[in-house]
Amino acid sequence: MSNLISQLNLLAPEIFVALMAMLILLLDLFVQDKNKHFIYGLSQLTLLVAGLLTASLGFSEPQFAFKDMFIFDSLAMFLKMTSYITLSVVFIYSRNYLLDKKLLNGEYFSLSLFALLGVMLMISSKNLLLMYMGLELLSLSLYALIALNRDDKKSNEAAIKYFVLGALASGLLLYGMSMLYGFSGSLDLYTIGNVIQTQEINSELLVFGLVFIVVGIAFKLGAVPFQMWVPDVYEGSITPVTMMISTVPKFAAVAMLIRFLFQGLDYLVVDWQQMLLIMAILSMAVGNITAIAQKKIKRMLAYSTISHIGFILLGFYVGTIGGVQASIFYLTTYIIMTLAVFGLIILLSNSQKSIEFIDDLKGLSQTNPWEAFLMMIVMFSLAGIPPTIGFYAKFSVLQVVINEEAVWPALVAIIMALIGMYYYLRIIRIMYFEKSDKKVKKKTFLPMLSVLTINAGGLLVLGIFPKTLMSISALAVGGSL
Amino acid sequence: MAKPDGGLIQETNLQYYAGAQIIYTSAPTTVYVFTFNTALSLGSSTSWNPFDADYTLNNFKIFTSPNAQTWTELTPASTDIDALSSGVNNAGQPVLVITALTPTPTSGSLFIVLNKTTGLVYGTIVTAVNNGGVDNLTLNQNLPAGGVANGTELSIRRINYVALFGALVSFIVTIPIYKNFNTTLSTFQFQEFHHWITPFNINYHLGVDGFSVPLILLTSFMTIMVILISYQSQKFKSASYYSAFLIMSGLMIGVFCALDSILYYIFWEAMLIPMFLIIGIWGGPNRIYATIKFFLYTVLGSLLMLIAFLYLYFKSGTFSIIDYYYLPISLEAQILIFLAFFMAFAVKIPMWPLHTWLPDAHVQAPTGGSVILAAIMLKLGGYSFIRFAMPISPDATLLLKPLMISLSLIAIVYIALVALIQKDMKKLIAYSSISHMGFVTLGLFLISPLAVEGAYIQMISHGFISAAMFICVGILYDQTHTREIKKYGGVINKMPLFTAFAVFFAMANAGLPGTSGFVGEFMVILGSMKENFWIAFIAATTLILGASYSLWLIKRVFYGDVGNAAVAKLSDINSREFLILGVLASLIILVGVYPKIISDITNSSVLQFIELVSFSKAGIL
Repeated sequence: MSNLISQLNLLAPEIFVALMAMLILLLDLFVQDKNKHFIYGLSQLTLLVAGLLTASLGFSEPQFAFKDMFIFDSLAMFLKMTSYITLSVVFIYSRNYLLDKKLLNGEYFSLSLFALLGVMLMISSKNLLLMYMGLELLSLSLYALIALNRDDKKSNEAAIKYFVLGALASGLLLYGMSMLYGFSGSLDLYTIGNVIQTQEINSELLVFGLVFIVVGIAFKLGAVPFQMWVPDVYEGSITPVTMMISTVPKFAAVAMLIRFLFQGLDYLVVDWQQMLLIMAILSMAVGNITAIAQKKIKRMLAYSTISHIGFILLGFYVGTIGGVQASIFYLTTYIIMTLAVFGLIILLSNSQKSIEFIDDLKGLSQTNPWEAFLMMIVMFSLAGIPPTIGFYAKFSVLQVVINEEAVWPALVAIIMALIGMYYYLRIIRIMYFEKSDKKVKKKTFLPMLSVLTINAGGLLVLGIFPKTLMSISALAVGGSL
Repeated sequence: MAKPDGGLIQETNLQYYAGAQIIYTSAPTTVYVFTFNTALSLGSSTSWNPFDADYTLNNFKIFTSPNAQTWTELTPASTDIDALSSGVNNAGQPVLVITALTPTPTSGSLFIVLNKTTGLVYGTIVTAVNNGGVDNLTLNQNLPAGGVANGTELSIRRINYVALFGALVSFIVTIPIYKNFNTTLSTFQFQEFHHWITPFNINYHLGVDGFSVPLILLTSFMTIMVILISYQSQKFKSASYYSAFLIMSGLMIGVFCALDSILYYIFWEAMLIPMFLIIGIWGGPNRIYATIKFFLYTVLGSLLMLIAFLYLYFKSGTFSIIDYYYLPISLEAQILIFLAFFMAFAVKIPMWPLHTWLPDAHVQAPTGGSVILAAIMLKLGGYSFIRFAMPISPDATLLLKPLMISLSLIAIVYIALVALIQKDMKKLIAYSSISHMGFVTLGLFLISPLAVEGAYIQMISHGFISAAMFICVGILYDQTHTREIKKYGGVINKMPLFTAFAVFFAMANAGLPGTSGFVGEFMVILGSMKENFWIAFIAATTLILGASYSLWLIKRVFYGDVGNAAVAKLSDINSREFLILGVLASLIILVGVYPKIISDITNSSVLQFIELVSFSKAGIL
């Protein structure tokens, strides 16, 4: 009995989030429109309590629950805490925007919390089935979130695209999982790893199964050649949902990658290394080159995301613990930068005119100098120019790559990064070097601006003192691998 | 200077470990020295473990000398040393610790440790132990970086004064570095060391040597000039304009005194941001093309340099530049590393054929931007060759020497011919800059004391002269808003005082003896004569070509009758402009007549540099 309690204790955050998500959905029926801020407050409270519950669990040793389906280790702790903070910031940034568009209701928060629940399950799963369940929960919630603005044709189109492609990718992943189960007779990742290592299994069939798994992971990450959904979904959703899709599911995808490839299938490292390398290089290339041609800001950011995912995959390709540490650090900085950039876009949009085209930012330095300055910091950070934290992210990944004497991938990476700098500079150019059409200073929402200042300014401050974040990421990975 | 051990030290036994530095004294004997990293401990590399398990004091002899002339042996029996021990410092590197030493070593005193069984010698020199000047360097960087408060509500005059005050203070702070600099030492002085990013062993490590000090002074001085010259011409967002320059000056000083590769890289890249904004916001009509070209061109080279640093880190486990000087690297790797550095620095200098960004950048940049670009930024490339590319990969340097000399000669001659046909004044001076910087690279790659000294003096002198010429063009542009030569003619009739300065600067640009332009070029030509007659011959054609484009420019713009109505409306320079041009002219004459003030500072560093570049590393592996 006490065993059950202690296992439930491990799952307390998930249980709490699930309950609150359902509660919010119910309460939404009884709360009137003008009191919707209550729902917002309740969601933030949910995240806070979930964070506290997670923090109360120890992470020095990996702990297991429910016949080893559920694992809680330092990696899970780190990824979960960052996903709570990320979602909380997403809520903060999106509140005003949703209020304007009359979308601030329980569905948004409830669906987001269910998506978070899916992410939490994926982060903590050691079992193929639990992983798939989390994945489906996440995906279904995201499908609905993308279509939240249901009168907009583009949102519906994006949702259908993502749904169809997502279903296909999930099916492929499931096929790969079934092959692994067939080989090893178990759904548990560690057992599968052991069986593959110790017994003689036909390696070609095994790699066949591995390929499907990698396909599923790559789709969720948005890596080439499975990246087609990314620009359309980013453009079609409303900006708060874009912000959410570009940040929170990445934790789950990265967790899935680490658990599958590093903890389960690490025996097949030589096989999946090559796959990751090709995907990394192609992602960096396609992402950076295509982004140059974009005129809409959200599509440009979508392709920029693909290129960042390429860098993250480059860190994973190395196959060592150092590589995973570098990639997790990169992921964290990417999340901070993405939150800042989408937050700025939301801040500058209002109910009459949202920032859709890059040219909408023209001359921002004259109308809103402080916002332009923040955007400039974010752009330099995305490009990887010191002294922002974005530089250290790229630096860490390049360092682990060169440590393995793989100089050619590093050279390709920097060439792609250089190409990528062009479109980040273009944003700065539009803001600073061109004259604005409007003469009036746009008023922006001050509380959100303050949070954004901390967010974007943090990129600069962390760039001068990056040690803490680096050490935390290293610790998170070191404790579990 | 007698060998302290009575003959035990033999050349063939000597082993280099990262952290060792060599001083050549004028005597034939050489002394091998390390530098102290922190007070009273020997810095060393991770590969150094000279003290094996059976280390006892009996295996070693230790000598010390305050001046490399008289040596005293330190023994535990005497009261000199309390203990000698090996340990591990904070960064996990093995160190030798000498405790309770009497007499207390002063800055500059030498230690030699001789291992009697292996015959290996390790030496070290005390630098800047708890020196009060240590904090000066950080102060220098951060002070200008404070910039000007971006108060656009302040009146223009107040902003001007605040900016000027900031620049003056940062210049005054750099003066103690010059005053307290010990010119006899070739090691890094005023060192400051803090652990910064420990997961990667990146440290906040600053220090100056003879090459850095004049350039740091030049940077802070030029910032004052730039702010003064922009008083009236920049009305649009002038507070941001001044703060960009002040921040950039801080970052450039950071480049000159960084002793950790990644810290250097961060300053190097970060410096691009203010320059990008200066050209892009306050520049000419085609500024966007020029500034993006400048940015992407420079970043490409820098990224390749980053790969080189990461490779060196992978080989050595440290990012410290001093450690890199003694890191053994194979010849193939050296060539690749040198080429990576070459890409970064050749874009900056700029060397032909990577020079095409400079004319565009100069033409489109505002006056202050051109001055900083020409006076300081170009020197960063030359300084970096001295600091990085050549000492870290000496074998590759010697191998690629003919190539580099050829590129320099092409820059000197071909670019001068291109300058001759220019129609825009600023473009002409830009090409003339590239041509003069060709002398710098020529002198550096001749690797003789005379040539390297000449190259360095040419860097400083070119800083003054090109700055002065760009300021002259800026003064004219402010009044007529055109830079085309044919729109001018007979300016002397309206601006005689200004013409006097302009002619003087053009003469200095051409290399008139008595001005600093001559000194550097002459020394390099002399140095190249020692190497090869034809190199000197080709280089010396600059005396003709330089004179031709400079004097022709003067003739077309200044002399003759008043050309057109625009020229007729010109008014002569005011007292502020007179001050700026006067100060620059005096400095040019000063360095031209008494170049010793610069060569005195750099002398020991030049000798040390040549020693480093002459030492072959490829064989040690």
